[in-house]
Amino acid sequence: MRAEKYPRKTAATMSYINKPKFKHPQMQTNDIGLTRRDYEGTLTTLCGGCGHDSISAAIIQAAAEMSLEPHRVAKISGIGCSSKIPSYFLSKAHGFNSVHGRMPSVATGANIANKELYYIGVSGDGDSASIGLGQFCHIVRRRINMLYIVANNGTYGLTKGQLSATADLGSRTKSGEESQFDNIDMATLAIELGASFVARSFSGDKKQLIPLLQAGLSHKGFAFIDVISPCVTFNNTDFSTHGYKNTWENHIALSEVDFVPMREEITTSYAAGKEKEITLHDGSAIHLHKTSNDYDPSDKENALHHINAYKKQGKIATGLLYINQSTSDLHELQETVDKPLNSLGNQELCPGSEALNDINNTFR
Amino acid sequence: MKPTDIADPEYFHKVVDCQWACPAHTPVPEYIRLIAEKRYTDAYMINWQSNVFPGILGRTCDRPCEPACRRGRVEEEPVAICRLKRVAADYKSDITNRLPVIPKKKNGRHIALIGAGPASLTVARDLMPLGYEITLFEKDALSGGAMRTQIPRFRLPAEVLDEELNYILEMGVNCRFGEEITSMRDILAEGYDAIFVGTGAPLGKWLDLPGHIDAKDNIHTGIEWLASVAFEHITSVGKNVIVLGGGNTAMDCCRTSKRIGGESVSVVVRSGFDEMKASPWEIEDAMNEDIPILNFHVPKRYVIENGKLVAMEFEKVRKEIDENGRRKLVPTGEEPAILPCDDVLCAIGQENSFPWVERDLGIEFDQWEVPVLNKSTFQSTHEKVFFGGDAALGPDNIITAVAHGHDAAVSIHMQCEKLDITKRPDPLTNLSSQKMGIHQWSYKNDISDDLRFAVPHADKQATLNDINIEVELGFDEQLAFNETKRCLNCDVQTVFTDKLCIECDACVDICPTDCITFTQNQDEPELRKNLLAPAENAEQDIYVSGLLAGTGRIMAKNEDLCLHCGLCAERCPTNAWDMHKYLFNTAKAEDACQS
Repeated sequence: MRAEKYPRKTAATMSYINKPKFKHPQMQTNDIGLTRRDYEGTLTTLCGGCGHDSISAAIIQAAAEMSLEPHRVAKISGIGCSSKIPSYFLSKAHGFNSVHGRMPSVATGANIANKELYYIGVSGDGDSASIGLGQFCHIVRRRINMLYIVANNGTYGLTKGQLSATADLGSRTKSGEESQFDNIDMATLAIELGASFVARSFSGDKKQLIPLLQAGLSHKGFAFIDVISPCVTFNNTDFSTHGYKNTWENHIALSEVDFVPMREEITTSYAAGKEKEITLHDGSAIHLHKTSNDYDPSDKENALHHINAYKKQGKIATGLLYINQSTSDLHELQETVDKPLNSLGNQELCPGSEALNDINNTFR
Repeated sequence: MKPTDIADPEYFHKVVDCQWACPAHTPVPEYIRLIAEKRYTDAYMINWQSNVFPGILGRTCDRPCEPACRRGRVEEEPVAICRLKRVAADYKSDITNRLPVIPKKKNGRHIALIGAGPASLTVARDLMPLGYEITLFEKDALSGGAMRTQIPRFRLPAEVLDEELNYILEMGVNCRFGEEITSMRDILAEGYDAIFVGTGAPLGKWLDLPGHIDAKDNIHTGIEWLASVAFEHITSVGKNVIVLGGGNTAMDCCRTSKRIGGESVSVVVRSGFDEMKASPWEIEDAMNEDIPILNFHVPKRYVIENGKLVAMEFEKVRKEIDENGRRKLVPTGEEPAILPCDDVLCAIGQENSFPWVERDLGIEFDQWEVPVLNKSTFQSTHEKVFFGGDAALGPDNIITAVAHGHDAAVSIHMQCEKLDITKRPDPLTNLSSQKMGIHQWSYKNDISDDLRFAVPHADKQATLNDINIEVELGFDEQLAFNETKRCLNCDVQTVFTDKLCIECDACVDICPTDCITFTQNQDEPELRKNLLAPAENAEQDIYVSGLLAGTGRIMAKNEDLCLHCGLCAERCPTNAWDMHKYLFNTAKAEDACQS
């Protein structure tokens, strides 16, 4: 056998091989008769090794396990490598690839028009922490019922690797440029602005990411997951805090989460203090395995404290950081109509002059 | 689990399921790719080196490769490997200038080969280029052995047979045909350096039920009857024919009968349809010729009227499994079946027969009259006498006989060179990256989703009217190309280098069949259960890496369902995965004394 020298690729780009349709013959079908491969999208055109592909794969797995009906899912994104992700999962779902940083506006509009869909917004650190930071703040504040994912790689990959607003102080790009500014922490920002479900995870750790995605989809209200998703081409050096090496070494789970779909009867009971069960609004549940630090994700101040304390040590706090199930979402606050707008009939849309008079009378 | 040792030549060989299953270990995917490129002659020569009779085997092989084909595990039907082999033979150009040069000056060794079937001819093919003088004995007037006598011409035309036999005979083999050997002592006395016995299993089994004495003129053993038809000693058969037995000989007997006068031809089998030994495609071909197969009928007697065979009586049975799990045939209690017949062909098995080998020569036989052999060298208990093919281990098939011939030739050559013949030469292997650029691979890895293509047949009535018209037409070039695209290129191996892996999961995410898992190391049984998709096929290995630097996990890849599509290597940012073509060739006699 001949010894080979393995040249390291300088830039990994899209794949030119079609993905065969054959699947594992024993692959299970879910409750609605679909296999995981039925939840795939088109073949990725991102660089090989991009964390974003693992996020797609995690969403595919999460949706398949939950037996989500693809036509009841809407995928919305902005601009950037991150915002290509919706192409690569659930090709049978609705999708809207919007304007840079404006995914929140489009998601809000869609959600107002039809509250019966699952909304998955996928954005990046450029899209949400720079050009769209204002949009991000307002969608959190407005409590839109959706899952908002930031694929966070600390760099502007699509423009060849400049530092982004989430790059940590002292982190360096592939070309050696060091970040002189402190980062915007999307998770703490979301908690402070009133998000009712905030988590952080790592694209390489699907055991953690998949249950968090499922919990986020089941959560009623604004669910935010900051996913460290390394840019393998421009920000995966030993000096980057968003690379695979640093994230594997320094991400610490504040809590470990299992997701229990609502169709399964919850029978297990856990020893007090070790396990906590949180039932979500749709009847599913999350099991929280507490780690040694006795972390309580329902306490906002505690969450912020832990995240910052770990950050000072160079660690990245992950897992379910904060959850609050008692807040109302936008539709409840606004007392909107129960049905999707597209299903309203003429009578409901044009109730007639009497109804108009009634309304006018309230202003007199 | 311990990290997989991919330097072991057998590890990746086993992944190439077809090649692993082939007794001669022909590099199947390599020649299929050549056929796709229309390099038929190159494809033919790869076959010729390995299995000696590509045109013959492309029509008649038992195809152990096809049930093994990975395609059968991920889809339904295997690649039509056998019929693609025929394509190489059908469309090749003249190969005479590619045949080995036979030295004019001989090496002074003289080898006798007894029986001119596939095993002996393979020995001749391997030893002639090395300067050996070879004398080939055959009791019939023509060479070919079972390939000529037991396979009817409508499955294997004479010109295909003769062409491939002549490539070997024309190397300068001394042919002593039409000369039946009656004494091994005499042959030994002729002073050969080695004697190879490839006399097949020439004794057909006979069913002596009540009535057989009166009926004996109309009861024939299948293989002898087929041989008589092949040599045109028999040119007709009665109108009503019963063929006893469920193997491939039975299928050849019934189809031959249909062509030489049999009007009502039935195959009668003791056991059930799914227990029949015949290859499924041969059963299918017989049924396509409207030949009924009666199962669960146990023959009881020959019915004689006026001293003449008129029918056979059968007891009807059914299958039962007893408490020990053994299968039994139990009478159903129905009336016996009486089937009228003019001729009965017994195709119920065949045996070795060595009445001509004296038992005081030092050649030992076991209780079943099978020679005692070393199974890797094929040497008998007499140093100079070797056996191969059906003569060695009992009835099997052509490709097995070829494999024996190669091994025996290695032994004979090593013995003549005064080497220890039990130290077998290593296979010739080569593992090399197929990467030509970031997205360029030296092979086409876009496999087709098409189902297996059927081989076109000649007009049914025309073939039934003439025993010499070949039934199968073979693939045309377009069909052949389409079929080649079904091959998964299992010889292009996924090679993993753990120190390059950054654990980005790109390979896990892209793999269409969930073969790759990164996990904590465990013992094999637990690991098999805990992979992304459980690895239930214990015959297929798990490829395990060393510990990975980032997390201390391992990479575990289930070889069972890998499509060899190369997407893992295509997506890998660090070349931790790469696609390497693995060429494996068993060592032949010419390679045996190179060290």
